[in-house]
Amino acid sequence: MKYKSVFDIIGPIMIGPSSSHTAGAARIGRVARSLFGRQPKWANISFYGSFAKTYKGHGTDVAVVGGLLDFDTYDERIKTSLQIADSLGVAISFHEEDAITDHPNTAKVVIGDDDGELELVGISIGGGKIEITELNGFVLKLSGNHPALLVVHDDRYGAIAGVANVLAKFAINIGHMEVSRKEKGQKALMTIEVDQNIDDAVIQELTALPNITQVTKIVD
Amino acid sequence: MFRNVAELIEIAQSSNKKISEIMIEQEMEFTGRTREEIFEQMDKNLTIMEQAVERGLEGVRSVSGLTGGDAVLLQKYIEKGNFLTGKNILDAVSKAVATNEVNAAMGTICATPTAGSAGVVPGTLFAVKNVLNPTREEMINFLFTSGAFGFVVANNASISGAAGGCQAEVGSASGMAAAAIVEMAGGTPDQCAQAMAITLKNMLGLVCDPVAGLVEVPCVKRNAMGAANAMVAADMALAGITSTIPCDEVIDAMYKIGQTMPTALKETAQGGLAATPTGRELEAKIFGVPLQKGD
Repeated sequence: MKYKSVFDIIGPIMIGPSSSHTAGAARIGRVARSLFGRQPKWANISFYGSFAKTYKGHGTDVAVVGGLLDFDTYDERIKTSLQIADSLGVAISFHEEDAITDHPNTAKVVIGDDDGELELVGISIGGGKIEITELNGFVLKLSGNHPALLVVHDDRYGAIAGVANVLAKFAINIGHMEVSRKEKGQKALMTIEVDQNIDDAVIQELTALPNITQVTKIVD
Repeated sequence: MFRNVAELIEIAQSSNKKISEIMIEQEMEFTGRTREEIFEQMDKNLTIMEQAVERGLEGVRSVSGLTGGDAVLLQKYIEKGNFLTGKNILDAVSKAVATNEVNAAMGTICATPTAGSAGVVPGTLFAVKNVLNPTREEMINFLFTSGAFGFVVANNASISGAAGGCQAEVGSASGMAAAAIVEMAGGTPDQCAQAMAITLKNMLGLVCDPVAGLVEVPCVKRNAMGAANAMVAADMALAGITSTIPCDEVIDAMYKIGQTMPTALKETAQGGLAATPTGRELEAKIFGVPLQKGD
């Protein structure tokens, strides 16, 4: 079931005019920001399907950028996010794509600074609810509704067990988990949705495990 | 966890509880949060809805200038007393319009189930409030009942205009509102489902064709009619009228209609009212240039 909480239906509290195009877009931007871990210096935002056709009227552009600036769906600053980004020196560009995607409301956000880049694809499935479908080329499914961990690791035996053991030690329950890899033995990604928030001690312990490259948390 | 309306009604009937209570209990079980926490969050949503209605009734205007001020016109018309339908219906309509005018003006609203359809549930709620004098708790329960039916639609069909057309947005909202009105008026869980079915049936096939891609024309007036539809269907269900096609089958029909609906009529502003000469003219005016969308 895609929708699990009554507040997916009655909610979110948001700035109009569209839950798919405005609130959902803000959430996609904010997940990218959260994964990047800092304010990017530049952002290339591509819109597909209905997003590409109608983003100007729906404020999808200001919403995604609002999310990149860490604003929530109800933050009044969303309306002026382009000006705010400009004043903060964040260079933004928008692209309308013709490609047909699996979902009519799809956005690709590529952000970066001198230290790194991040590419994320998200879909807005209605009522402000989103799913993240791709991260840095990895296909994944992330509801955005629960605290989640993204663990970049080397594709070796025991890497997944090591992460699971640490989570068990801290009594953290896994609600959903996926593993994807580009090629056998190469870089891989664990996507783990958990029931409660994860504190820094857990992140540190996970990062110290063998074969683990990067651990990022997305706070609910 | 209930998966469809039949299960929802069965759980409510066998436990002799209201639909709102079943939704609250499911939310507690799913999230592990207390009843108080869940109530507090819904109370906040209710407050936002109330503020949006108030703001809309004071008069707002969208940035494009396409919408705004109609809620005020309707309230003045009601005051004159020469209306042809009914005071409560028009009150619901004006409050639905008020909410969506605030939404179009990029104001703060609560999506129910979406922003484009955010007017129907609060519009009917605050109109029915004046008739039934509910407690705050009963008003919050109205939202849980709406949510329960919306939950079923979202999981079995769609609540997104881009995926299912406006039937999935305003249609769902109207059905949710009708069911909640019935519960607040003292109807049975089954009557709630009948009201939902009757409402949604009359929204089937509704396309999503926003002029210039904005959530304004025809969205605001569709919320108006969605509210009226919900009020009438609720009265019909309370009178004992039932839907020949069961609620879950109506929802399924809505889903299938949405799947076969052309993309041009699903929030792309490529067809319907968006593609009329006036629609195109407004689009060119608002964005300075025609957006060159193929019809």
